[in-house]
This record gives sequence, C-alpha cells and structure tokens, in this order.
Amino acid sequence: MEHEITLVVNGVARRVRVPARRLLSDCLRHDLGLTGTHVGCEHGVCGCCTVLLDGLPIRSCLTFAVTVDGAELTTVEGLADADGGLSPVQRAFAECHGLQCGFCTPGFLCTVTALLRENPAPTEEEVLEGISGNLCRCTGYQNIVKAVHRAAELLAEEA
Amino acid sequence: MTTRLFGEPVPRREDPRLLTGQGRYLDDLGHDALAAAFVRSPHAHARIRDIDVGPALDVEGLVAIYTWEDLPERVGRALPLLIPHPALTHGRTAYPLARDVVRHVGEPVVMVVATDRYAAEDACALIEVDYEPLKPVVGLAEAVQGAQLVHRDVPGNVGAHLVQEVPAADGRGAREAIETAPHTLAFRLDIERSASMPLEGRGVYARWDGRDLRVYSSTQTSTSVRMAVAAALELPLPQVEVIAPDVGGGFGVKIVHPWPEEVLVPWAAMTLGRELKWAEDRREHFVASAHERAQVHYVRVGFDDDGRVLGLDVTILHDHGAYTPYGIIVPIVTSTQLLGPYKPGAYRVEFTAVYTNTVQVTPYRGAGRPQGVFCMERTMDKIARYLGKDRTEVREVNFIRPEEFPYDQGMTFQDGRPLIYDSGNYPELLRMIKELIGWDSFERRPGRGIGIGCYVEGTGVGPYEGGHVQVTSDGRVHVSTGLTSQGQGHETVFAQIAATELGVPIDRVSVVTGDTRRFGYAVGTFASRAAVVSGNAVALACRKVREKALRIAADALEANPADLDIADGIVHVSGTPAASIPLSTVAVLANPLRYAFDEETAKATQFAGAAAPDRPPVAEGDEPGLEGKDYYSPIRSTFAAGMHAAIVETDPDTAEITVARYAVVHDCGRLINPMIVEGQIHGGVAQGIGGALYERMVYDQHGQLVNASFMDFLMPYATEIPHIETGHLETPSPLNPLGVKGAGEAGVIPVSAVIASALEDAEGIEIDRMPISPSELFDLRTARPE
Repeated sequence: MEHEITLVVNGVARRVRVPARRLLSDCLRHDLGLTGTHVGCEHGVCGCCTVLLDGLPIRSCLTFAVTVDGAELTTVEGLADADGGLSPVQRAFAECHGLQCGFCTPGFLCTVTALLRENPAPTEEEVLEGISGNLCRCTGYQNIVKAVHRAAELLAEEA
Repeated sequence: MTTRLFGEPVPRREDPRLLTGQGRYLDDLGHDALAAAFVRSPHAHARIRDIDVGPALDVEGLVAIYTWEDLPERVGRALPLLIPHPALTHGRTAYPLARDVVRHVGEPVVMVVATDRYAAEDACALIEVDYEPLKPVVGLAEAVQGAQLVHRDVPGNVGAHLVQEVPAADGRGAREAIETAPHTLAFRLDIERSASMPLEGRGVYARWDGRDLRVYSSTQTSTSVRMAVAAALELPLPQVEVIAPDVGGGFGVKIVHPWPEEVLVPWAAMTLGRELKWAEDRREHFVASAHERAQVHYVRVGFDDDGRVLGLDVTILHDHGAYTPYGIIVPIVTSTQLLGPYKPGAYRVEFTAVYTNTVQVTPYRGAGRPQGVFCMERTMDKIARYLGKDRTEVREVNFIRPEEFPYDQGMTFQDGRPLIYDSGNYPELLRMIKELIGWDSFERRPGRGIGIGCYVEGTGVGPYEGGHVQVTSDGRVHVSTGLTSQGQGHETVFAQIAATELGVPIDRVSVVTGDTRRFGYAVGTFASRAAVVSGNAVALACRKVREKALRIAADALEANPADLDIADGIVHVSGTPAASIPLSTVAVLANPLRYAFDEETAKATQFAGAAAPDRPPVAEGDEPGLEGKDYYSPIRSTFAAGMHAAIVETDPDTAEITVARYAVVHDCGRLINPMIVEGQIHGGVAQGIGGALYERMVYDQHGQLVNASFMDFLMPYATEIPHIETGHLETPSPLNPLGVKGAGEAGVIPVSAVIASALEDAEGIEIDRMPISPSELFDLRTARPE
C-alpha cells in the first residue's frame, strides 16, 4: 500500500507516493532525484546518508519516508545559498582538502553544518566528538577536522 | 603566475561538484533503469542440487530470473584469469553465476531483474536453492593440510608455489649464509585478513540501444572492462563503451574485472532490451568482492655483530580465498618489496598460495607490501633487541647508500621486469624521521614506546598510459587519459601538468579520465601509477601540441619557433610581448576550414589568405587541429620510499592502545601537488591504523564471515586517528620526464610494522601478529613469563 506524503526538502514542498517500507534515503535519491545524499552501509554506521531533519542530523537510511511526512529536510543540495554560493562549511572543506572521493562528503557537510549551528566555536575534542558518527575511508580525517575549525572561523567572520 | 602550477597546492577542481551533491556516482545514474539483485550462497562450500524459482514468480514487478543454465555459452564461461604466471599452476576463477558448486559465502547463484530493487530482493528471498553442504576449508592451517579440497582438481589446495633466490656476492645461497652467520634468529609473523572497503560499493549500469552498448561501472579500469565485456558478449569493440563515473573510493578492490555483475548486467540489458542497474549493498561488498592481507611468514635471518643481514630466508603461506582472478600479484609483491631500503647479503623467498572457502584475495592498497614490510621491520627490531643496539642503527648499516643507485636487487618485480631501484636517499630519510619524531630525546617509560618502520614502494608500473590533448578554437584545453579516478584528484594534477607544459591558465584546462569514448587505450589505476604513467603521458602529449602550436605561430608571426614562448595562453616572441598570437587563434589556423562558424574561425577559411596556394592546406605528414596524443611506457617501475615513526601509549589495566604521535617522511620524487600528496598519506596512514589496531575479517569454522557489517568490522572514525606530522624529501626519478614517483599507497604500507615496533618498546613483549586488539595485548601480558 502506498502513502502520499509531503516533504519540505531544501525549502520546497514535495509530494510523493511511497510504500510504507520506502527508506527516506531511497525516497530522496530515487523518488525526488536528490542523489547527493549517499548510501554507504544501509545500517546506520557510516553516516554517508546523513541529512538534516528540522535542522538536526539523522540517518536517512534508518528512517522510513512515511515517518517524516510534513517535516523539513535539508540535504547537501540545499547547503549552498540561493545563488549557488557555497556555504562556509562547503568552502572550508574545499580550502582544507577535506574530501577526496567525495562519497562521504554530503554526510559530513550536513553533520558539520548542524554541529556549528549548535556550537559555533568547538574545541578540538568537540570537533572529533561531533564528527565521530561519520566514516571516511580516504582522508584520514585530519583535513576534515581542519575544515571544521576553518568553517567555524568563516562563520564567525561572516556573522 | 598562472603557468607555474607544477608543484603548487592548487585547489581541487573536482570539489565544487562533489561539495554540492552534483557528483555522479554509479547509483546516481539510470533513474529509470530496471534493478538487479542476486541470490548468493549462504554456504562456504556446497553442491547445488536444485534451484526452484517458482515461489518468486508472483512477485509484483518481477521481470526476469537467471541461473547459470540460462546463460549462453560465451557469457557462462569461467571469468578470465587476468594475470597468468608460470608459478600459478592451478589458477581458478569463478563462473558469473555458480555452476554446480559454490565455494564461498556470497557467491552469486541466481540473478533477479525487477522494476526496482525492493521487488528484486523480494523475489530473491522467495527463490529456493537446495544445497548439499560440503566441508569447507577455512584458514591456512586447514588449507595446507589438504584433507578437504576447495577445487576437486587442485591437489593440496595449492594454486601456486614460487621460490626466488638472490645469492650473496660470493655465490652462496641465503640458507648457507645464515648457517655460517655469527648470529641467527627464527620466528613466525602473522597478518590477518582485511579489505579495501570503499564507502561506495561496486555497481554496474548498462544501456543497449539495439546496436551500441554503453556500460557504466564503478571500476578502476574502464578500458579493460570494455574489452572483457565485448569479448564475453561477442560484440565488436567499437560498439562497446565503458565509463567510470565519479567513483566513491577504490583502494584496489575495483581493479578486479570483469566482476560477475559486469558481465551479467550488460548481457541482461541486451537480452531484455531495457536499461539495467545493479548497485552493491554493504553486505554484498563484504562477502562478494575481495579481501587481502592474510599471510603467515616464517623468517630466518643470519647477521653479524653490527646487525648487518648476511642471509634472509622467508617462507610465506598466502591465503588466496576461493579464486585467483588477479593471479599471484600479492605474494609476489610481498616477496620482492620485503627488501625495502636494505641490501641483505643473500635472500631466499618462497611462497605457497593456497585456496580456502572464503572470499577471493586480490590487491588492497599496499598490495602485499604491508606484510613484507612487517616481516623486514620486525626482523630489524629483533636484530637490534638481540644485539642491544638502537633500532635505527641496525637499519642504517643495512641501507642501500645514495651513491649505489641504480641498485639492482637481483629479483623479478610484479611487472615481470628487474627489481632495480632508480633513486633514493635512505640515510637522509632516516635522519629526517628521527628529527621529526624526536627519536634521540624520547623518554621511554612503561606503557609508552616509540617505533619505526621503513619501506620502499615500486610505483608507476607499466605497461603504459596515454594522454590526448586538444586545444579548441575557444582556447580551451581538453585533456583525456584512459585510466580512472577514485578520489586522487587526477582532474587537478593532470590539469596542473597541462597548464604548466602549455603555458595556459588552469581554468582553461579540463580533464576527463576513465571514459573509453575519450581515450580507448589504458591499463588502469592501481600500484600508485597514475601520476607517473598518465602524468608523463599527458606531459608528452602537451609537448607535441606545444611544438605544433609554436610552428604554426612562428609561421603567422614570421618568427623562429625557437624564439617563441607561451604564457597565459598567448604565444609571443620572447622579449617582444607585442608580437603575439593567442593559442585560440593558433588552434583556428591549425584546422583549415571551408565553413566558418564565427568571426574567429573565419580566419581559417579558404579565401582568408592564411594558407599558401602552392601547398596542400594540410601539409604531408601533418594533421588538422591543434591536438596531440602520446604514450608513456616506463622501462620499469620507479621506487618511492618513506619512513614512519610513532609514539604509542598503553593503559596498564585495560591494555587500551593509543597512538600519541605519528610522523611520516616521504619521498615520491617531484611533488606535483603537495596538498594532494599529503591527503593521500593521511588517508593511507588511517587505513594502516585501521589494519594495525581494528580491522579484521573474522571467519568461523563454517566459513561464515561473522563480522560482515560496519557494526562489527571496525573502521576507524576521526576519534581513532592521531594527528599525522609529515615531511617531504624530493629525490627525482631519472626514469621519467617529470621526475615523479607514485604516492597513492605509501601511507598504508609500514603502519602495522611501526605500531608493532612501538608497542614492543612500550610493553617489552614481542609483537609478531597484527592487528592487535586491547584484549590480545592483555592476553600477551598475562602470558608473559615472570
């Protein structure tokens, strides 16, 4: 049986019919065409599928789309501003070489965006803790950690 | 200055799309394609008695079900043995779908096609396969016993056996040299299984339009997939194109090809006349791709009072899993690269590669080097401990000296060519790493130790790569090379090379990799070879284009080509900037036209007066267009080197292991982009730390991989990886025009050796087996004789 739901994704209301078992990650990627959200393990460990639900990071691979009917979602496609200008977090990742293959990157960007919203000047410990739910197989994390601090600086400068 | 880009930390050109969700990975393509899923064997070893697809037939959305019996002869054949070797006397490969017998958990048995993946998996769950379980062979001990066989026609489970021997200068063999040495040691060293584990699994998407087949694959080699698919499907090569889109990490596993799915998905797409896609899920990646690392090494070494190795004798048992599609590259690399920066008096190495009922073993970043380096570096530490010497001192007396290059190790390397090191400076690397970590001032105390590990890595193996460079009439430079990218930043570094060689701003340069429509001849991305082989090919192609551009510009400017230079995309007479012509105009003039399509191209038309009327518009031996193609085919590998050191702390009660500091010095010849090289090192070290402390594939006695998920196979998060301090030495390679060596695998290679060295120093317990967990360290403490 299918359910008609409405998701407000990156500020746009999208109506979609999904079976009850449709994962939010699959709904975003395959029903709404927002393929920037990636799926790395489908059991909630790698964090590639992280999106923001009402501003907070969640695993979209562990969420049924029907359970978030009416919610506001932000995906990686919604992080840049309306003119396409990269967000401070995105710019910091580029500047600090915080990505290589880029597969885990959307999850990190969403996680870090929420982290810095909650804690605009995190300590080293808080950064490590804040990104400790996301796996990256390429970078060794050092430049990601650097990028989080850099993003905090950029956000402070531009506040 | 825009044209001095080689050696600069140029920001990556890949990043804008990858940061905004605009990357295009395999499963982002083919929105309307049908989906494939596979029924995979739940048994490590079993005979298939019967397959009943009946219960699945009513699944809504089901399109097709295929077993091995449904495949045409050419498609159903055993997959190719990619790298035959005379020592691989019993090479065996899988069938695309299991034929009668399954030999590891995860082997594909039935392929299901449906309207979406959910429906395909529903159907898979309903298909009933009747298996007659056979006794599985798990682990090296069982395999060597040979009581049970993985392949009925492979006696003793032995796929390959190879002995290589390098005698001493006086002609004596290693065993003899060890017998007569002043001191001897013998010990066993173990490394367990791990895997590449890219965050994007494998995947294939195929489109057939009735004449041409287009295949997208998350692969490290699109050209070779193309040839394999064309052969399997009996299609003329020009009708098959293969594209590696954005690839979410490879680390070795994606060099294997053709995977069963790479044959089956295109075949089914053609058979059904529908677009078809398969994207691997994580469990499939654990049980149906490839693993590496597992080896046991028996080492005997003879040495003198200074710690100089007089003879080294290593016997290796290699667990090859169920099949050998990639030949015996891993144990060959271990055997040869074990030597590292050293020159033992005599060396003998023997390996036996045996089959087990587990996932097949093929190269994972480092490809046998981490095991070899573990052997040699443990050996150096044991010699130092025995003689009561500093560990770095023992290493130093065994180093090849800077003046001894090129240095012939007297062996055959993985490319079938002599193991001759091209260049290096190992004493300087040692000095640098000791300084960086503070070796001489380190304050040892119980629970705090320091360790070191050295390696040499043969990089940039052939046979070749090519580059094509085209300057179009808008002044843009289009570069293509056939090998593929999985995050290494090739679009950036090859653009740096082209911009530097051609004297154009980098934003005018674009790079395409891994697309057979753009470049058909290539080998692939592995063995830290892309910068060396494709990098030099792109440089050579650019030099051809530059030469042609200067010739045409010289004609137009009535100057001597030798007096011309190119900067910022403009050809000018050296010292006379006013006498100039843009490269865009040169590109126009290079292609005599009948038809103009804008004001610029009008200059090349037949009444524009550009060509002399008494000569053909395109001179004999020339070609239209400002473009060039060239290949770089190295005579042999180039040899990068590095040394790592770490300070490790252990908890006295819980045996928790913390890496307090980690330092790397690294020599990959000339650096093209230091930012990218550092990133490669960071990532490699992190994988190495995973391999040293956390990651292992745990098979039970039944051949079940009991930790086949990210919950149980522990890859490090940011919280597990220390800050990595790096230093660079640049010893150019004399073998190639750019003087570069590879960097991709370097970071991972010595990490297990370094951590073992530091743990041994902290605990006073010999560490001969990696990875090591806190509970294993605790057990070692408990077992320590009082």
